[in-house]
Amino acid sequence: MQRFVNNPDFIVDDMLKGYVKAHGDTVTLSDRNDRVVKRVQAPVEGKVGIVAGGGSGHEPAFLGYVGEGLVDAAAIGEVFASPPAQSFLDAMVEADSGKGVACLFGNYAGDNMNVKMAVQLAEDEGITVKYVTATDDMASSPPETREKRHGIAGGLFMWKAGGARAAMGGSLDEVIASAQKAVDNTRSICVGLGSCTIPAVGSPNFSIEEGKMEFGIGHHGEPGIRVEQLGTANEIAAEMTEAILQDFDFSESENLAVMLSGLGATPLMELYVLYDKVAEILAGQGHRIDRTYIGNYVTSLDMNGVSLTIVRLDEELKELLDYPGQCPAVKY
Amino acid sequence: MEFTNLKGSAVVTAIIEAVCANRDYLSQIDAALGDGDHGINMSKGFFIAGEELSMRDADMSEGFLTIGKVLVGKIGGSMGPLYGSFFIGLAAASKAETVINATVMLNMLKKAYEQTALLTSASVGDKTLIDVLDPAVKAYEEAAVRGGNLEACLSHMLAAAKEGLEGTKAMAAKVGRGSRLGDRAIGHQDAGATSCYIILEAMAEASLRLAKAG
Repeated sequence: MQRFVNNPDFIVDDMLKGYVKAHGDTVTLSDRNDRVVKRVQAPVEGKVGIVAGGGSGHEPAFLGYVGEGLVDAAAIGEVFASPPAQSFLDAMVEADSGKGVACLFGNYAGDNMNVKMAVQLAEDEGITVKYVTATDDMASSPPETREKRHGIAGGLFMWKAGGARAAMGGSLDEVIASAQKAVDNTRSICVGLGSCTIPAVGSPNFSIEEGKMEFGIGHHGEPGIRVEQLGTANEIAAEMTEAILQDFDFSESENLAVMLSGLGATPLMELYVLYDKVAEILAGQGHRIDRTYIGNYVTSLDMNGVSLTIVRLDEELKELLDYPGQCPAVKY
Repeated sequence: MEFTNLKGSAVVTAIIEAVCANRDYLSQIDAALGDGDHGINMSKGFFIAGEELSMRDADMSEGFLTIGKVLVGKIGGSMGPLYGSFFIGLAAASKAETVINATVMLNMLKKAYEQTALLTSASVGDKTLIDVLDPAVKAYEEAAVRGGNLEACLSHMLAAAKEGLEGTKAMAAKVGRGSRLGDRAIGHQDAGATSCYIILEAMAEASLRLAKAG
């Protein structure tokens, strides 16, 4: 496939150079580490620092969520690979104003190892760091081992809840509690129709046969729950919505936030086609959709696919979602 | 049978060359279960370490420490911390030694394994690099306890490592991103186990060459 690339081995560096030029009023690269994107204002005096991070290829995550009321510094890894411990540490240092740092990341083996190493190194430097991992991908592990689930597009609500709580002046423990509450009430599921290609590898990561779809595919092309005949948009939307509702097991009508995120190569048009059915089913079961997000929020390179995320809202989560925030990827 | 820590820099060079030479092979194996970048990330780290070491005279322990620091500091992923800790362990257990013999090598391997195991919940049978590392270190120790010399210990280690590597083909993945394949992973060799075998093989062969050259 033809693509816009210089040397594929340096695509992350090339992206970052363009990113800070485009959004120089909001973000800059850290002087300590050119794989850390930080708010121009970070660290913000008197505020708990928010750090995010992960592999590249999920743009606008993670760097797009660095901004006011959200993330203070993000560690940027190679494509689909966790940033090293040093980058997480440097992001923590950049975010810390003395009130401590909340590190909010996806629950992958590499990220877990590198964050835990960084937390120890930060302690040596006198910085208190606590962390929360997003576990919204319900296809990555069954309900009984929910803590093993990976974090995907639903991580956005964790960053927003933690970031807003910090901006309101919350303590580190309060920020962690708000981020964890968002995680506990968020579920996502993906469907993949076509593979993605890591630029430095050059060939597709996996294959999906013509006429088939991978239900429950992961954000790096990890195999899903099952391979199925490709359905209509309505059938796919219904299957995704039912899967999440079943995992939640709501006993009464709920207030919800719903996000449909393209995985990189899916037209916005198709996201709206899917949303029509998702909204119809949720309303039909007596639920109320309070907030809707449609777009490419967390992607997977050039994968043709979509993630559906549903968040159960209470008054606190609603207040946190509505708190003003501004970053290059989204304005609240 | 022994060699000096100073001359042991050849062991470091051999490992770096082996990893870089297997860049595409490792990526190919990774593509079946993972995202096909294992060789790219590994060779990148070992190449950077090689560049840093080419600018100074380092003994074996310093060379291992350099590899470890580059992997932890610059490579990331799961392999950065896991192999980074492995090489930092090799360095820590040998830095005070001027001569590397069968006993020192045992201490190095045990320390390296211990440091690596701290970071992961994977155990034998989970289809990871632990399936090579665990039997390899245990086989070395058995041979050492029986009074084997460096050659006996290392060849025992490699045989067990090879067996462990082959064994990963029959396993379902339980840890890491490959775990989502479950039984679908059966039939494929694990990429991390493969790179672990390549590292142990290069380390054993280069050590023996040095020891035999006297």
